[in-house]
Amino acid sequence: MAGLSGRFSTVVKAKISKLLDRAEDPAETLEYSYQKQMELLQNVKKGLADVVTAKKRLQLQSQKLEQQVVKLDTQARQALAAGNEPLARTALERKSAVQTELQGLDPQIAELEGQQQSMIDNQAKLQAKIEAFRSKKEVIKAQYSAAEAQVRISEAATGVGEEMADVGLAMQRALDKTENMRARAGAVDELEKAGAFEDLTQLGGGEDDIDRQLKELSSGTQVDGELEKMKAELAAGGSKPAGELSSGGEGGDAGAGA
Amino acid sequence: MIVRISGEGQFELDDDVAERLNALDNDAVAAVEAGDEPRFTDLFGQILALIRSVGSPLADDDLRGSDVIVPPSDTTFEEARVEFTGDGLIPG
Repeated sequence: MAGLSGRFSTVVKAKISKLLDRAEDPAETLEYSYQKQMELLQNVKKGLADVVTAKKRLQLQSQKLEQQVVKLDTQARQALAAGNEPLARTALERKSAVQTELQGLDPQIAELEGQQQSMIDNQAKLQAKIEAFRSKKEVIKAQYSAAEAQVRISEAATGVGEEMADVGLAMQRALDKTENMRARAGAVDELEKAGAFEDLTQLGGGEDDIDRQLKELSSGTQVDGELEKMKAELAAGGSKPAGELSSGGEGGDAGAGA
Repeated sequence: MIVRISGEGQFELDDDVAERLNALDNDAVAAVEAGDEPRFTDLFGQILALIRSVGSPLADDDLRGSDVIVPPSDTTFEEARVEFTGDGLIPG
């Protein structure tokens, strides 16, 4: 059976062959250097550890951002209740920026989760093939003449070689993605360093550089809409005099919501 | 015919599925060349679904090589665009 003539698959096949070439003759590699396979398995394990670390970091950041969203929302309500609309707007703008980051993190965490699982599967498959090859090799050696055995062992090695190359390719992809996610995680760190997580009530009404940047990040209309909604909620629940919530009012405005 | 979905594993398929796969494969490359992302996503999904549904997974200790290797299931349109436009690595 000839392979597909379509380029879509041949490109990947060519890539795998190139990896195989780099790994020298697979038959030889497998016959004489079990070491090499073990090295690759070690690499897979290391790669897996990298993926897990990256995932944990993103999960921690995600939790932190979620807390931040709640905090900023509360602060916006407090500011509005105190009649400080500019401060409420700033809080909502920050909330919007933080939410944008959060939305970027969630799918990445899910992706890393999937990647982790498929690397575990890949590793198990490769290990099974290596084991199968080892035992098959002995059987072939016992059953066939030297020349014939060489051919059959070579054939069997192709299967292991292909698996090795594919695991190598998958690992490279996983690591590339983890690298991208590190950049994303770094961006959240930057956001935090720039003061986005600082307590707004400490800042007063003044606008600094961070505020301006955040304003550009967040969509103005979304913030406007949310501000209006909050005002309406306050008005609906509105027997409380303005200003009361500005201090020590945690949870006190729960009844005004939804 | 043995088909590998890169990063996922090998499947054994009846030879007569090859024609269908081949047609989908060519359409997918055409979609990439035309810059048609939705069509690419749809066709690539069909390729993977066909392999998974009619193929039976090869045992982990089966040492046969693949006749065909398709790209990883998480291949993005951007990646496809880089890899599969023009004549690709192999002309034709």
